[in-house]
Amino acid sequence: MSNAHSPVAHHFYTIEQQKESATIGMWLFLATEILLFGALFTAYAVYRYKFPDAFMVASSRMDWKMGGLNTLFLIISSVTMVFAVSSAEKGRRGGLLGFLAATGFFGTLFLVVKYFEYMHHYHDHDVPGLNFQWTGAPELANGAQIFFFLYFFMTGLHALHMVVGLGLLIWIFLTAYWGKYSPEYYNPVEMFGLYWHFVDLVWIFLFPLLYLLGAHLPPGGGHH
Amino acid sequence: MMALTVSTAHFDRLVTAFRVPLFPEQASTHAPNVDALYFFMLAVCGGVSISIVLLILFFAVKYRRRTPDQLAEEAHVPIALEWAWIIIPSLFFMSFFGWGAWLYFQDAKAPQDALEIACTGRQWMWKFQHPDGQREINTLHVPVGKPVKLVMVSEDVIHSMFVPAFRIHMDVIPKRYTEVWFQATKPGTYHMFCSQYCGTEHANMIGSVIALEPHEYQTWLNGAATGSLALRGEALFNKLACNGCHTGDAEARGPYLPGLYGRNVQLTTGEVIVADENYIRESIIKPGVKIAAGYDNIMPGYDGQLTEEQIIELVAYIKHLGKKYDQFEPVAPPTAPAPRPAGQDPDQTLPIGNVRPSVPAEQVPTPTSPAATPAVPGSRPTSN
Amino acid sequence: MIEENVSLPRIHYLNSHYGWKSWLLTTDHKRIGLLYMVSITLMFFLGGFFALLIRLELLTPQADMFNADTYNKFFTLHGVILIFFFLVPSIPATLGNFLIPLMIGAKDVAFPKLNLLSWYIFVIGSLFTLWVVAVGGIDTGWTFYTPYSTTFANTHVIAATLGVFFTGFSSILTGLNFIVTIHKMRAPGLTWFRLPLFIWSLYATSIIQVLATPVLGITMVLVAVERFAKVGIFDPALGGDPILFQHMFWFYSHPAVYIMILPSLGVVSELISAFTWKRVFGYKFVAVSSLMIAIFSFIVWGHHMYVSSMSIYAGMLFSILSYLVAVPSAVKVFNWTATLYKGSVSYDTPMLYALGFIGLFTIGGLTGLFLASMGLDRHLHDTYFVIAHFHLIMVGGAVMGYFGGLHYWWPKMFGRMYPEWWGRLSALIVFVGFNLSFFPQFIIGYLGMPRRYHVYAPEFQVLNVMSTAGSSILGVGYLLPLVYFIWSLRYGKVAANPWKAKGLEWETASPPPPENFLEQPIVTEEAYNYPTRPAQPVKHGGKLTGGFAQPAGTAGKGREAEVV
Repeated sequence: MSNAHSPVAHHFYTIEQQKESATIGMWLFLATEILLFGALFTAYAVYRYKFPDAFMVASSRMDWKMGGLNTLFLIISSVTMVFAVSSAEKGRRGGLLGFLAATGFFGTLFLVVKYFEYMHHYHDHDVPGLNFQWTGAPELANGAQIFFFLYFFMTGLHALHMVVGLGLLIWIFLTAYWGKYSPEYYNPVEMFGLYWHFVDLVWIFLFPLLYLLGAHLPPGGGHH
Repeated sequence: MMALTVSTAHFDRLVTAFRVPLFPEQASTHAPNVDALYFFMLAVCGGVSISIVLLILFFAVKYRRRTPDQLAEEAHVPIALEWAWIIIPSLFFMSFFGWGAWLYFQDAKAPQDALEIACTGRQWMWKFQHPDGQREINTLHVPVGKPVKLVMVSEDVIHSMFVPAFRIHMDVIPKRYTEVWFQATKPGTYHMFCSQYCGTEHANMIGSVIALEPHEYQTWLNGAATGSLALRGEALFNKLACNGCHTGDAEARGPYLPGLYGRNVQLTTGEVIVADENYIRESIIKPGVKIAAGYDNIMPGYDGQLTEEQIIELVAYIKHLGKKYDQFEPVAPPTAPAPRPAGQDPDQTLPIGNVRPSVPAEQVPTPTSPAATPAVPGSRPTSN
Repeated sequence: MIEENVSLPRIHYLNSHYGWKSWLLTTDHKRIGLLYMVSITLMFFLGGFFALLIRLELLTPQADMFNADTYNKFFTLHGVILIFFFLVPSIPATLGNFLIPLMIGAKDVAFPKLNLLSWYIFVIGSLFTLWVVAVGGIDTGWTFYTPYSTTFANTHVIAATLGVFFTGFSSILTGLNFIVTIHKMRAPGLTWFRLPLFIWSLYATSIIQVLATPVLGITMVLVAVERFAKVGIFDPALGGDPILFQHMFWFYSHPAVYIMILPSLGVVSELISAFTWKRVFGYKFVAVSSLMIAIFSFIVWGHHMYVSSMSIYAGMLFSILSYLVAVPSAVKVFNWTATLYKGSVSYDTPMLYALGFIGLFTIGGLTGLFLASMGLDRHLHDTYFVIAHFHLIMVGGAVMGYFGGLHYWWPKMFGRMYPEWWGRLSALIVFVGFNLSFFPQFIIGYLGMPRRYHVYAPEFQVLNVMSTAGSSILGVGYLLPLVYFIWSLRYGKVAANPWKAKGLEWETASPPPPENFLEQPIVTEEAYNYPTRPAQPVKHGGKLTGGFAQPAGTAGKGREAEVV
């Protein structure tokens, strides 16, 4: 039933069984991811309730333009990913490789922008545990530190998912290049697509909560 | 002499040990209410447990496999049973819930006229402050028959105030006030525990609640406490404002006294000595002679300002501060006999540490009775 | 029970490949189950050793053997090791791994490589923990309450939290694997309501593992970061909220209690059926009750925090939900009892464990009702009453279930029987030792002895002595199976299905072949379809007929499994 050339692993009976298993498995994995980030969103909600002003002022020190640019990059990369899956489904190898490359390109751009943002915060002494210095109203210091901690922790965890995603993307790209996928078997591409959309979706929540909260204030509140 | 004292203590312990208490004392207005619910649930749940165990045993014996290949019998059990044993237990559960929630709700808010006492928990001691400013450590004096509200906060980690005889319990949290209230119903000395694990000496973050008749409480408040040496010592300690420097805080100007007695103390000279009665005494009257490492020589000496009796009271108080349960009270080194006035052993008459709620006082052989303890005139210190 | 003329199959999963690589790189769910079994057995005896040291110290009211610091480390390691590295993986990772594919007629779990990966992640977590043990321990309690753990403790908190983090991810991956396996790998004809109840309970367990554990994982990382970098997330001195930690911790750790007990409930359903030769009464109710427990388990965590300054109304909500979660547990107990009715009850070792389990689980569950009551919890919180309650559930429940299951499926796993007489003796010793250990603790608890005290008021001593005596008996009861199980691997009598039990896992050889079934089994009947005799007094009982009791023989009625 299964042999070295068949994409069906030895313990499955049919390719449908294998595909459905992988799909359920991926959705369950995403459910754990939601809970993982969910705990952090809960912490965010608790502390924003506790320190509304500090969160707003601290948020005004985010560069919403860079965040917005990154949001755009991720949305574009999600769209290209949809086309990549669609190409795989139709057996268009060239389209698959092209759209995967585009997805990887925009994902990488996101990380590059993120790097510059982090460096900027580092120079501004915004990193809790490393060099955090609050020069604004002293009564906001604690809340601001927690805001920045949550910012770095949540976006850091998100960036880690992006890095893992780019690693997976290289693997998908190579296997696609080697011609492993066909309209009958392109499951890894589709699963990777689910993962990539999820990571984008997390960012869609992070962006307003972290960047837009204080966007109406003059930039750099409490610092300059 | 010493051996005899120790052996009576052993005897005392044995007597206590074999009166195994099965139920805690009821000493607050909450206690009977909590116990009523407890007994109700105990009766229902106990009845259910016993019935199930008996039923299982009965079935297991009656339907045992008699021959190696005996099959199960066809049995028709009505499926309605399923709904019966879903609904009936649920009703009981709801009654437990309702009663418990009502009980909690009833007692959640302290009465308006409650006496408010501030309580601070820290590793590993309880500090109390009465409305008139009296301070206490690990001991809380309260009047019987009057609601008392503790307003509590922690200086470091989370602690929990637990007085079993009052059936009260509330976490003590840093940077946030929590409240618990009670109304003692009978005079006595009761355990006070920290029940939230708070670090190394968690098990020693204990103390006593001393419920006094209102007039005794008033007397105690006025600082004219009669009673045990340590109680009088405590009053004196406050009167002399010793607690101004020996606050128990990390940044205090004076050393931390609870637990000092019997412990090794490093001096500024680098020498390490045992803090026995003589050291404590010397540190009161000539504090500059042996200074604990890390402290400045700023304490005034009380040489000539205190009577011997007062010094004995102060020493008794400081000893008592560190004392936990009577079991592991350090035995005084043989070379330095304890300053014990005849017939009044501070260790034994001390209310704290002798908490035996289940044993009526007259049944405990105390050294105050002549039969149990021979007079100890010879052990009374005369040279210092 | 004795089977005649049974011989081991020529090729089975144990002898199909040799060498350490064939074990450490295996993707066979059966071998991975055994890898887990060896690892958690080590952790079990390590954690149990700490338990004995704790009890030894508590023999006297004063600190005789260990000082405060040592004692605190002992109870912390006892809790961390036994909860995260024994109880959570215990039944799912060993028996579950071994049996799920066999019970549903699959060749393996859905993701065999992921299965091996989760064992390695578990090992990494264990190594962190063992490292903590080796370099001096941790003294925060297994609950890691902040701000003590983040700011004040000066022990190896970061390594310990990372250990828990890793074992948590192992648990997530195992749960994920099981859910997919149960959904997609069932043999044709094996509908949901034909599944063994053990599968139902593991399915419910896996839901909790997948959805609750990530929260613990991220919480442990936050504790480590807070401790390392002082960012204020849980530190009140920096504006953080230590109570938030408790919410996040118990959001996992209450459901975790059901991760530990639900598989045991499943095992006991199997045992009760196999040793009465009878269908479990109210099968659907028992099956669905597992799911109800899993669902409710997510919304009761607040009952750990009644005295943590929670609002009265939040407390009431958590209280009423906690009572509701007790209903499905009660349903199970009643159904097991009803299953015994007119059954053919035998007293083999696994059944003794199962009967002991029901009694202890009932009492453990009912004492939980006391703690769910807000009015009573105000007195009982953090006392030995709590200790006694959850040890009844976790040791009297989960561990008894695990041992019962091990005895029941031992011949399936290794094709050999342990000595039955010693088995019954161990079950008896465990039961007696357990009761003596933990019943006095209910009394000590109501008297008001707080937990985590190494010195205590002298009036609690007699009851503590009883408890310590019981724990040493319990220790003997746990050591006996270790000895005779190892003995049986070589010298035990060859067995295939000594219980004449039904179930797909018994239809194949013992030990099973590497691929479990040579051909995909087709299921046409529900679980536990034992033949019965008419309801009339029969002196000499109907004979067990049909092929289902044949050792490694032909398939039973309606099941067409070809067996090696």
